Amino acid sequence: MAQHLLVGTRKGLFTIDRAGAGYAVVDAAHLGVPVSAVLVDPRDGTAYAALDHGHFGVKLHRRDPGGAWTEIACPEYPPQPDGEVDFDEFRQIPIPWTLKLCWTLEAGHPDSPGRIWAGTIPGGLFVSDDRGDSWTLVRSLWDDPSRTSWGGGGYDYAGIHSVSVDPRDADTLIAGVSIGGTWRSDDGGTSWAVGTGMRNEYMPPGQEYEPVAQDPHRLARCTAAPDVVWCQHHNGMFRSVDGGSTWSEITDVAPSVFGFAVTAHPHDPLTAWFVPAQKDEMRIPVDGRMVVTRTRDGGETFTALGNGLPDRHAYHLVYRHALDVDATGDRLALASTTGSLWASDDAGDAWSLVSSDLPPVACVRWVD
Amino acid sequence: MATVHFTKNLQRHVACPSATVDAATARTALDAYFALHPAVRGYVFDEQGGLRTHVNVFVDGVQVADRAVMDDPLRPTSEIHVIQALSGG
Repeated sequence: MAQHLLVGTRKGLFTIDRAGAGYAVVDAAHLGVPVSAVLVDPRDGTAYAALDHGHFGVKLHRRDPGGAWTEIACPEYPPQPDGEVDFDEFRQIPIPWTLKLCWTLEAGHPDSPGRIWAGTIPGGLFVSDDRGDSWTLVRSLWDDPSRTSWGGGGYDYAGIHSVSVDPRDADTLIAGVSIGGTWRSDDGGTSWAVGTGMRNEYMPPGQEYEPVAQDPHRLARCTAAPDVVWCQHHNGMFRSVDGGSTWSEITDVAPSVFGFAVTAHPHDPLTAWFVPAQKDEMRIPVDGRMVVTRTRDGGETFTALGNGLPDRHAYHLVYRHALDVDATGDRLALASTTGSLWASDDAGDAWSLVSSDLPPVACVRWVD
Repeated sequence: MATVHFTKNLQRHVACPSATVDAATARTALDAYFALHPAVRGYVFDEQGGLRTHVNVFVDGVQVADRAVMDDPLRPTSEIHVIQALSGG
């Protein structure tokens, strides 16, 4: 099982190692700076962290194995053509061509060494082929005519929070846009097709199934069966068995189908974990009892797992990148916006508190 | 001519020593500074060349008249301060 956990928080990046029967914080980097995304590239062990300096903008840092963190190039939107106004149709405001947040970082396929993907706000997908020394905006998606109908959710502008490369094919990838649907490319990002089948109940009657009006909160793909992709959506839970082209809704899951985070079992396409919350303006555990919901039958049934999690007056929210499973499928980490972190060694049957003293957590990642 | 200084809050993240540059306006002074220290530019300007929202520029104690243009003229001994309002909890 994985021995190291990277935890990106509002006040820095923490490395937490397995120590005996528990865990210990062994490193604190970028202290005081919000960390919005973190990646350890399984191909070469290089670590990447996206820092949100706020007033000073977004910056990316890289750490080679055994090395120190150094600033690298950051995704930059291209010069906006003179006189061209990019208009957010939902909010009726201009969309800035400036980086507001690096929301996710993902390694490319083993056949594409050095390739890194970055999902950003506003609505950008960037690719680097040199380990982050330079970045290019994927114009095919940025220039899709539907983009101006994408909308912001919790942030002012739409953003890409999930990027997943098919382990079988470097050119097949999916991206999740909140709010703007799920997008699949089979040609390395040259062209895109929006996924269908999702339902967004807050849309006006007749528009609930509009593909680009969907608000996926997070996508998670099964490594061993890459056609299986899970989605925690603003409106509920969905599963795809065709690599994100079409989606089927999962309903009647107690205590709630609302949430942000989902992670997929790396080997078993029938198993995934979600973290439910009371929708939608509340965003706290239902009845103050924190649980993780797990299915082992493809979403037909779920078990609410709360052993070791607080069961009363618990008001944690788990952000979309703050739930992760390791490569074995047994070790899980879960962290909240109120700074608590839990881990499980038995696929969620039991949880143990690692820390309740962290800053608000944005993301967790296991590292072998 | 002007000497450009940066808030200590920025010096924590990127090396930005004070430096004297030859320029006629606030904007050209900053451009000249960033030519010497290119890593600093992205902390002050966004990729479209706009001054970051909570960053501001003062010339001899007076805020630049137009944040977009920054054509405030410089004296031979002008002091430019790039400042930032911190916030958050």
